[in-house]
Amino acid sequence: MAEFETPALREYPVIPLVQAGSMAHSKPFVAKAVHQEPLGFPGELVADWENVAVKKLGTLVSQSRALQVFLDSCVKCGACTDKCHYFLGTSDPKNMPVARQDLLRSVYRRYYTFAGKYFPWLVGARDMTKPVLDEWYTYYHQCSQCRRCAVFCPYGIDTAEVSMAAREIMDTVGVGQKYSNEIIAKVHKIGNNLGLPGPALRNTLEGLEEDVKEATGVDVKFPLDVKGAEVLVVVPSADFFAEPHIDGLIGYAKVFHAAGISWTLSSHASEAANFSLFIGNGDNLQKVALRVREAALELGVRRIVVGECGHAWRVAYSFWNTLIGPFDFLDPAYPVPQHICEVTHDLMQRGAIAFDKSANDDKIVTFHDSCNVARASRMGDKPGGQFSIPRAIIRACVNQFYDMPADTIHESTFCCGGGGGLLTDDLVELRVKGALPRMQALQQVVDEHGVNYLAAICAICKSQFTKVLPYYKHPMDMIGSVHGLVSNAIVLKANA
Amino acid sequence: MSALTIVVAVLFYAAAAMLAGGVAYHIWLYARTPQPLKIPTTPAPTTRAGVVLRMLKEVTLFESLFKANKWIWLFGWMFHVALLLVLLRHLRYFTDPVWNWVALIQPFGLYAGFAMLAGLTGLWARRFLVDRVRYISSPSDHLMLALLVAIAASGLAMKYVAHTDIVALKTFFYGLMGLNWQPLPEDPALLIHLALVATLMIVFPISKLLHAPGVFFSPTRNQADDPREHRHVAGWTARIDNVSSGVRR
Repeated sequence: MAEFETPALREYPVIPLVQAGSMAHSKPFVAKAVHQEPLGFPGELVADWENVAVKKLGTLVSQSRALQVFLDSCVKCGACTDKCHYFLGTSDPKNMPVARQDLLRSVYRRYYTFAGKYFPWLVGARDMTKPVLDEWYTYYHQCSQCRRCAVFCPYGIDTAEVSMAAREIMDTVGVGQKYSNEIIAKVHKIGNNLGLPGPALRNTLEGLEEDVKEATGVDVKFPLDVKGAEVLVVVPSADFFAEPHIDGLIGYAKVFHAAGISWTLSSHASEAANFSLFIGNGDNLQKVALRVREAALELGVRRIVVGECGHAWRVAYSFWNTLIGPFDFLDPAYPVPQHICEVTHDLMQRGAIAFDKSANDDKIVTFHDSCNVARASRMGDKPGGQFSIPRAIIRACVNQFYDMPADTIHESTFCCGGGGGLLTDDLVELRVKGALPRMQALQQVVDEHGVNYLAAICAICKSQFTKVLPYYKHPMDMIGSVHGLVSNAIVLKANA
Repeated sequence: MSALTIVVAVLFYAAAAMLAGGVAYHIWLYARTPQPLKIPTTPAPTTRAGVVLRMLKEVTLFESLFKANKWIWLFGWMFHVALLLVLLRHLRYFTDPVWNWVALIQPFGLYAGFAMLAGLTGLWARRFLVDRVRYISSPSDHLMLALLVAIAASGLAMKYVAHTDIVALKTFFYGLMGLNWQPLPEDPALLIHLALVATLMIVFPISKLLHAPGVFFSPTRNQADDPREHRHVAGWTARIDNVSSGVRR
């Protein structure tokens, strides 16, 4: 991998001048047949791939109003050009959302519009060629599908939808991304991204019970496959083994323990993440999600709760009812699904759990809104609950909380730099550079308020920050789970 | 009846047919194409009424664009509002007697011609001056602005430089609408203006001007945020049947 320089933080955020081709060398490892075939994709570039790709593009557009409208409507106004963290961090103009869309729009125009068929030079239409496919592979794997551009587009054009379609077309002709496809295959086979089988999971959870008992003297349970439990909790599998994720899982367990709610994890649905979203493939999206319905029915639970994971919450909140509903077999008194933050917030409001803030007095906290939670879902019953509820929980658990600048939080939040299937070591340069806008905002609250703890509710964000924080001269353990703060502060009564 | 009158008459019938047919086709296409998943950009309204309000703010105030970039918003909004006023002002050439409110807005419509030109100039300047916008501009983006600028300029020229026989023009268009052709004043500024307007009408449904009907169909803006309350299905998701496919109670 080429050497690269970590971008310098400035006194103020700066929109860079374009440097054409500055990230043209970046591309993730290509999936081998063994990663492609379990997902129903060909193992290598198919014969006559140009026609297959063009035909697939037509099919996708005819099946998605979003794509149809987005490909027709862009007027090249430039509103999105300074909104993408990858552009701001790399200066590569093809990382401007409109330019990224145009990589695919140019082909759509060539084959499916009057202007592109007869006047290609006028509207920048291009034939589907190998260089175009290579360019797609390079730049559609520099989009974290964070939707920040979509917030600012006057027509709501969402580059995430375009990048998902491009990846779906590439998978269809046999050119997939190893990282995402290998992980999705693991979920199909074993049930989670890590490939952690049931017995290993049970072992891990028993270890956690011992750890918590030792630390608190309380028998907090981490139940697995318990039939008849009230709540099925589906968490990102990172919560089972890695710091700081695992502190979040301990937090969830303590919340259920303190509130006296019976709950269980499932070895069948041991993964909240659903990377099929990133590759835009509906069949895999539904197949992965279906494990949750199957587990809920098998265990006979009454509620489903999702742990701290950004894109998982988007899939769960926005798509589950469509993909694996209806949920008429669950308790209608609760929304399906619920976010763990909604559960904790609700219990906190009702006084069913209590916190001792002083347990977190060593921390000065800020909160990173994760893109898929902020711009593609909700918590609670009012718009914007996805911003207020996690913050209310944090404020209940700590004495010192400061938000980052207003244009970098809530719906304007900057991606961590590792979302959308890019959280892989073969893309480290992109991840470090893409983190620049978030690091710039973080530096401001570090300088002004001495912030030393960056709380998040997304497994990808947590892993990404663990990796990139040191590049920006912060300790890697500065990043933590919101329910890690809950875990520290929650008041547990001995074996209540 | 001069050959020129016949050419312009036929051109306008053709342009009107292409505009109406093309836009109608695209509206039908957008309405027919399913949106299988819920993808509103959040925070989003949770009700239909809320969505209507969000869309109204989007198409009248350009709310998202305002959040994105104040310069583009200023020029873009100025151009669009001015264009609307100018179009409404032009209703006087197609109505008899002229409706009261159309008569009332005439003076504003005149100033709007200049505002339109100013907005277009600002937008065009950005295509040269801002390196990011220069990068994304294709020939058609420049041509579209050139066309609109020329339409505005030729229109203003008829008001402030070389007056055209507006009464005869109105007779011509009235004749067109009533299928009773009348001679067209053969005045260069007018002919240029009319030819450019006909070009715009023809180009509209095969160009990025489709953003006008498109914005109303944009799922990120026109969907309500209620996926937990209402099971949304369309297209391929409508074929999902979890209840009778074995994944059941």
